[in-house]
Amino acid sequence: MSEKRTVYLDNNATTMVDPEVVKAMLPYFTEYYGNASSMHDLAIEPARAVAEARHKIAEYVGAEYDSEIIFTSCATESDSTAIYSAIECNPEKREIITTPVEHPAILRVLDHLEEDRGYKITKLHVDSKGRLDLDEYKKALNSNVALVTCMWANNETGNIYPVTEMAHLAHEQGIMFHSDGVQAMGKVDMDLKSTDIDMLSFSGHKLHAPKGIGVFYLKRSCRFRPFLRGGHQESGRRAGTENVPYIVGLGKACELSGQHVGYMRSEIKRLRDRLEQGILAKVPDCFVTGDPDNRSANTSNIAFQFVEGEGILLKLNEYGICASSGSACTSGSLDPSHVMKAMGIPFTAAHGTIRFSLSRFTTEADIDYTVEKVPEIIAELRSFSPYWRKDGSGGSESFDPNYGQGKGAEFKK
Amino acid sequence: MWNYSDKVKDHFFHPRNAKVLEDANGVGDVGSISCGDALRLMIKVDPKTNIITDAGFQTFGCGSAIASSSALTEMIKGKTVDEALKITNKDIADYLDGLPPQKMHCSVMGREALHAAVANYRGESWEESHEESPLICKCFGVDEAKIVQNIRANSLKTVEDVTNYTKAGGACGGCREKIEKILDKFWKGGYEGRYVEDFVSRDRFEKAQAKNGKVSLSDHYVQHRDHPYWDKVEKVLDEMRPGLEQDGGNVELIDVADDKILIRLYGACLGCFMSEMTLSYVQAQVDKALGKHVPLELVEPDLNGTGEAN
Ligand code: FES
Repeated sequence: MSEKRTVYLDNNATTMVDPEVVKAMLPYFTEYYGNASSMHDLAIEPARAVAEARHKIAEYVGAEYDSEIIFTSCATESDSTAIYSAIECNPEKREIITTPVEHPAILRVLDHLEEDRGYKITKLHVDSKGRLDLDEYKKALNSNVALVTCMWANNETGNIYPVTEMAHLAHEQGIMFHSDGVQAMGKVDMDLKSTDIDMLSFSGHKLHAPKGIGVFYLKRSCRFRPFLRGGHQESGRRAGTENVPYIVGLGKACELSGQHVGYMRSEIKRLRDRLEQGILAKVPDCFVTGDPDNRSANTSNIAFQFVEGEGILLKLNEYGICASSGSACTSGSLDPSHVMKAMGIPFTAAHGTIRFSLSRFTTEADIDYTVEKVPEIIAELRSFSPYWRKDGSGGSESFDPNYGQGKGAEFKK
Repeated sequence: MWNYSDKVKDHFFHPRNAKVLEDANGVGDVGSISCGDALRLMIKVDPKTNIITDAGFQTFGCGSAIASSSALTEMIKGKTVDEALKITNKDIADYLDGLPPQKMHCSVMGREALHAAVANYRGESWEESHEESPLICKCFGVDEAKIVQNIRANSLKTVEDVTNYTKAGGACGGCREKIEKILDKFWKGGYEGRYVEDFVSRDRFEKAQAKNGKVSLSDHYVQHRDHPYWDKVEKVLDEMRPGLEQDGGNVELIDVADDKILIRLYGACLGCFMSEMTLSYVQAQVDKALGKHVPLELVEPDLNGTGEAN
């Protein structure tokens, strides 16, 4: 048996740590293990390395000052930091504006504020391609709003949102603006100093740094309340001993990511399009979700009608192909993807959405192999789907099951 | 990634009877919007013997939905319709060497499709209640309806109470915040008219019983511990337990009503030829304690495989 091939197309979930990043980190576990905040020689190199990483990252996102970069443990922490800071700074304002397609790190926090603390949470609408209506947004802005939070790029569809424009509109009314930038890093032009974005979150593990390190960008002019209080690290804005090796790794990863933005937009986009077109040409009844004209270059989300995503993933996995799905059954929650729901994708298609997400390590051979395997997998699963008709005209008219299983079945004469 | 048994994987990658049965004389279509699964089960029954001679299925669903459908068709072939109807969700899961708790609904769907197909064969119609209730406790597979009904029937006030009655919250604790919220909402009147027990539980329980002769614990949601019989029967059972445990068995009180007492036998008691004797012995003791005859009924040890059975 030859070794099983691995084709990793799940880079929006997490990425491989770049070997150069690992190399950069290693000395800070052993040789330079000192606490960057200490008052002796062992602190010198760690402190220097942290400062250097901070500078690289500030350049990467186009921050005006290095001190606008605050290290956190993950993007989820950065998101919570932004939300709780905004409401503490604006106690009299009782509304937050967001979108229905945010990551749970935003939505669950806002649900909590709505249910338990009486906040009004306004979720803007998205159309069938996941696009916002800026007129609706403008109308929603008002003096009671403490924060607008909108992701820069969506994890499932790759859709890019007009955050620069939205931040500007928010600022005109004195409203703070936060963006979850996790999926945008290395994929969009980012020059934060020329925008009105007050706060930005992202994490290392989506850009070939390890898991467990994140960034919270805070514009110098933006008011702030810390989420974690304690030591004086990060100028008292985020207590907790600096995670020196990971900070160094993230600095290196951002440097490399910055060098690859062009490659991402040309070569990776070409591979993504090759994958997408290859599949669309060979598989009937499937379509691309999201906004094909305005999305990150590495992401393709395809809805395969009349089959369910988990089955597809299991079969892909047999071939060593790693992807992910918006289907209910792949998450513990049993809810289908809220992103697909918000876009109004019909449920027989929403459950069959598969997300392929590439990275700079993806090769043309990976793509061709995937394009070869996907059609047979879909055909096989469709062969025993009750929604699928043999003449190729998939349709559910003939199959109308009784819904509500498990909740009080009974016979009727 | 779910941790599927080899049996599940085998039935997923090589489904048995994934076909359209052209000459089926019983067809059952069921599905769930919430989890996006749907299943059509087709059976061919010999009208003379009532034996299921062939079965086929089509499934739109995840790995375990497909595997459960495949397993079910294998299990029912060669059985009479009545035998097949006795198959429980847990039997299907056992056949597959277990399913992850969050995936047990996939085997529920299989069983319901079977009931629907049999109803179709017999010329009856099959209908389900449409009240969907979200799963609250993943560890024990307890849904909102069950929690609300128990709060209502027993005036439960704390999360601990809810855990005592339903098990929800008794393992990882991840659902306790949700249970707190349900309690809060309940006592603020937020469940007025919802998950009314007579509709979902007792009514369904009796119908299932009338039809199958047996009752599954999953059909039974609420314990009426305030009923005057409860404590008396508990006392009788407590006294008998040491003896039963010696033989490797046990007995549990499930519920009481004016006209019946539901108990469940465990371990060695279950299925053993002694169980009839055990039952009549318990019956005699209970009758004595209550001063009149209230029939005992056995409940199947089946809780949708929520980790509670056995
Ligand atoms: S989910 Fe309820 S105890 Fe684990």
